[in-house]
Amino acid sequence: MDDLKQKYLSAIADAGDEAALEDIRVQAVGKKGEVSLKMRELGKMTPEERQVAGPALNALKDELNSALAAKKTALADAALDERLRTEWLDVTLPGRGRGQGTIHPVSQVSEEIAAIFANLGFAVAEGPQIETDWYNFDSLNIPPHHPARQEFDTFYMHRDEADERPPHVLRTHTSPVQTRAMEKQGAPIRVIAPGRVYRSDYDQTHTPMFHQVEGLAIDRDISMANLKWVLEEFFAAFFEIDGIKTRFRASHFPFTEPSAEVDIQCSWVDGQLKIGEGDDWMEVLGSGMVHPKVLQAAGVNPDEWQGFAFGMGIDRLAMLKYGIPDLRAFFDSDLRWLRHYGFASLDVPTLHGGLSR
Amino acid sequence: MKFTLSWLKEHLETEASLDEILYALTDLGLEVEEVEDPASKLASFTLAKVKHAEQHPDADRLRVCTVETDEGDKQIVCGAPNARAGITVVLCKPGDYVPGIDVTLSVGNIRGVESHGMMASERELELSDEHNGIIELPSGEVGQKFTDWLAANDPAKVDPVIDIAITPNRQDALGVRGIARDLAARGLGEMKPVDEPRVEGQFPSPIKVTIDDDAREGGCEVFAGRLIRGVKNGPSPEWLQQRLRAIGLRPISALVDVTNFFTFDRNRPLHVFDADKVKGDLRVHRTKGGETLIGLDEKEYTFPAGAVAISDDNGIESIAGIMGGLETGCTEETVNVFLEAAVWDTIQIAKTGRALKINSDARYRNERGIDPAYNLQAIEDATQMILDLCGGEASTVVVAGKVPDVSRAYKLDAAKVQSLVGMEIPESEQRQTLTRLGFRMEGNMAHVPSWRPDVQGPADLVEEVARVASLTKLEPIPLARPTVSVPKPTQTPLQRRETIARRTAASLGYNECVTYSFIDRKSAELFGGGADATMLDNPISSEMSHMRPDLLPGLLQAAARNQARGFSDLALFECGPAFTGGEPGEQRLQISGLLIGRTGPKDVHGQSRAVDVYDAKADAEAVLAAIGAPAKAQIFRNGEAWWHPGRHGQICLGPKKVLGVFGELHPKVLAEMDVKGPAVAFTVWPENVPMPKKKSATRPALELRDLQAVERDFAFVVDADVEALTLVNAAAGADKALIDEVRIFDQFIGGSLGEGKKSIAITVRLQPTEKTLKEKDIEAVAAKIVEKVSKATGGTLRG
Repeated sequence: MDDLKQKYLSAIADAGDEAALEDIRVQAVGKKGEVSLKMRELGKMTPEERQVAGPALNALKDELNSALAAKKTALADAALDERLRTEWLDVTLPGRGRGQGTIHPVSQVSEEIAAIFANLGFAVAEGPQIETDWYNFDSLNIPPHHPARQEFDTFYMHRDEADERPPHVLRTHTSPVQTRAMEKQGAPIRVIAPGRVYRSDYDQTHTPMFHQVEGLAIDRDISMANLKWVLEEFFAAFFEIDGIKTRFRASHFPFTEPSAEVDIQCSWVDGQLKIGEGDDWMEVLGSGMVHPKVLQAAGVNPDEWQGFAFGMGIDRLAMLKYGIPDLRAFFDSDLRWLRHYGFASLDVPTLHGGLSR
Repeated sequence: MKFTLSWLKEHLETEASLDEILYALTDLGLEVEEVEDPASKLASFTLAKVKHAEQHPDADRLRVCTVETDEGDKQIVCGAPNARAGITVVLCKPGDYVPGIDVTLSVGNIRGVESHGMMASERELELSDEHNGIIELPSGEVGQKFTDWLAANDPAKVDPVIDIAITPNRQDALGVRGIARDLAARGLGEMKPVDEPRVEGQFPSPIKVTIDDDAREGGCEVFAGRLIRGVKNGPSPEWLQQRLRAIGLRPISALVDVTNFFTFDRNRPLHVFDADKVKGDLRVHRTKGGETLIGLDEKEYTFPAGAVAISDDNGIESIAGIMGGLETGCTEETVNVFLEAAVWDTIQIAKTGRALKINSDARYRNERGIDPAYNLQAIEDATQMILDLCGGEASTVVVAGKVPDVSRAYKLDAAKVQSLVGMEIPESEQRQTLTRLGFRMEGNMAHVPSWRPDVQGPADLVEEVARVASLTKLEPIPLARPTVSVPKPTQTPLQRRETIARRTAASLGYNECVTYSFIDRKSAELFGGGADATMLDNPISSEMSHMRPDLLPGLLQAAARNQARGFSDLALFECGPAFTGGEPGEQRLQISGLLIGRTGPKDVHGQSRAVDVYDAKADAEAVLAAIGAPAKAQIFRNGEAWWHPGRHGQICLGPKKVLGVFGELHPKVLAEMDVKGPAVAFTVWPENVPMPKKKSATRPALELRDLQAVERDFAFVVDADVEALTLVNAAAGADKALIDEVRIFDQFIGGSLGEGKKSIAITVRLQPTEKTLKEKDIEAVAAKIVEKVSKATGGTLRG
């Protein structure tokens, strides 16, 4: 029996491929194989002989089977190795391309602003961009022929001769949304109103269209000191600089009283602007306490309610924060600019995830 | 508004430095825009004395001088005829920058003689045009700074010029005295009193004045004047010329300069007529329209109807309150002058000024509102000045109309400052501020000074108090959040949709653009716009004349610009308003994407291919899915004319409800807009997608079937113009309970099928719900599918 074992184990070890191995299996442990034939002979043996030869034959069969299985695996592994060796690819070739889209800085910054003000309880209000002159001017305490009207470089819409209404305007600021929002919601109210505004001005630093965000908070006891706090909180969050300072300077807007222009702290070092440090100031927005006539025009009783409003340029904020030099390029759609200053689609600014990218 | 420091000090007694004054001005709301300090460019020059002057050995006109300076004696070569021993001169040393010749000096060598600097003329230091010789000073010590000498002896030459921005409410600060008043209120000094001369009339004015009845209301409140006869006009004195020049005005003659002086000193525009050229009396009246006048600027103006003008017997002589006429203007020869001080209606001035497009100092002030109470006294003040400068004899004053009564008072509520501004300012300080600004306090009523037409209510009092106290001192106070709870979301569903649509487009590979809302008429017309209702009355250029009817023309223009820069494969999108008309609200939100060229650059995997309509369709569907549009929509043709007629589809819920559109752009549109194709695009209107009805966040339960699904493939031969969706819908309708999904996996056109035929292959997925499907069940469904499809499309199962 030992001869038998040796014969087949060495045959298995020498088998060169799966077919040869299968032949050996049939010869050894197949139905008519040598081991099987021997097992048939067990019946002719005495019980004593059988007790010795039976287990021995079973053990031999098991041993040959596991040797066959092991060899089969080894052969398969070798064959796989051989195949893999031929399947080499140049993995330094580029991956399959996928277009990279971008979000425009104006959209990104608008979302940043909305996220900060949402935390302070300001909803987002909207209004039409073609406005009546009543909403754009009169309701904001700028009656016809008020000298302030001329300072806006207003775009007027065409008016048919038969139509005697004053011409509509392209809104020169987001402030008419104040009136519309208060008419709709009354007081108390807290809203911001971002969007496109238009002025007839085109040079190095002006474009005939740009973006503003209006802020409005009306309640029973809101003061200008609250406005200062809100703006400082906003700038700290927006520029991600703790303790950023603002400076209020007396100014005049027909729709606020008192009015202030607001500067933020900055420094100029070697022509580099840095926000939130240094002794210089940069004007960033106009603001004030909403004029009683504006509240009245929107149907809010100025004896009961008061509050602040402000307006600032979104494009300007984007330029300051992200170091974008030229306003005009915002609206030129130069692919190189869009890719360089744009934001990834999933970079959604949130307070918990951070506002800057 | 420009003024000089010395002019300011005519009205303000102050020890404050220039910097302190500048800071206070800006802080008070009179924002300093520019300061020109002539001392700064003269800072390096010192006084020196010429000890000897000898003839240059090699040049007839040059002298070699020995000059005593603070650094010892220096040799300087000088060509000035007045260079001689003993005179005190202004020395520019090597290294100094000399502004008048734009040169930084170095040690020179002039015809063989070294020269260590130069002695300057007035022109070389930009002090005047004088260049006949070098400056000879009547006094001064060697080494003294020239600026110090000027400050002591000729202060006007080193007078800083300050330019401030005037907000529309601060007409009072359009005169130097008004500016001084603000600074005094801030505590920077005391107001100097002004003389109030009264000149007795020596004879009745031969020129009378009247205001037509229809010109009183909204025209002219008061028109006062007087004749001064026997004046000698000519150049005004140097001090006056200097002042006017310093603020950028050209001195003309004494009489005209007097009017300009009062314009800027007291915000009181005046006019002077040459009385000998006025025929008869002066009458203020409404224009009929079409009259013409040559103004002092020598331009001809044609009046609109209803403007206000001043006429004599010859016709119109002055654009009232805006500009005088050339014909009756004063010249050097004027001997009899008629002086006018009037108060005009501000709105009338603004209207006429705008109609005639005149921007004069007089219009600027008269339309903002001058101090109406300073009228008769202004006549007296100006008369006195004319008599002082030109001599002559004044008539009595003639007046038409009357000085308007603008007196009014508002209650000062001291607590209001605290409540509105959030600053604590004691009541006594508030009252003092108002008093210093010219308000008259009577109990707690503040009577508004006549020069502050802008103060119209108690809130204005708060503003005055706060700005004088300085808003810079305002300390922030937290604004309580409306609730202590977690803040609620603030976006409306549509705003949220807009954000998602935008970010979905970007993640599909599109670059977001923000293009102008206005485009040229031709492009607008290509996209269904360009009507007059959407036209701007005053566009900045013809390229920006109409509100855009759609976002695609702007994107196509952007694409053309990028193609010109060498970028041929583009994926651009924009999300914003398009305008359907010219009324407020005739705008709607749109998101449009534009694909041009190939899907990407040539690549090793060979996946780059020309973009086609199915790219645009997939992107439109992705955006729609992201904003919650129902998965099943209909596709209709017959979209707008800018699409390829056979290669576009409108994604609809019913024939009226268009959610979006996709397709290839019409080749003619591309050619017109100079864009090289292929170009496909999509548009989605987020507002048109129905808002979900459900309120709860809970999803419906997930139904998972244990029974195995079965898939069967079918191929149908149909006519080439049969739409695949018809076939799919027919197949899906064969057994709605059992058929889970129908997918198209192949299309084959022509070939062995013959002309006008195509084959569409679909996979139908059957999902049993109760028992495993047996072959006969499947065959029954298959037969039904074939029957339904044949009925719907006329197609046959492909053998």
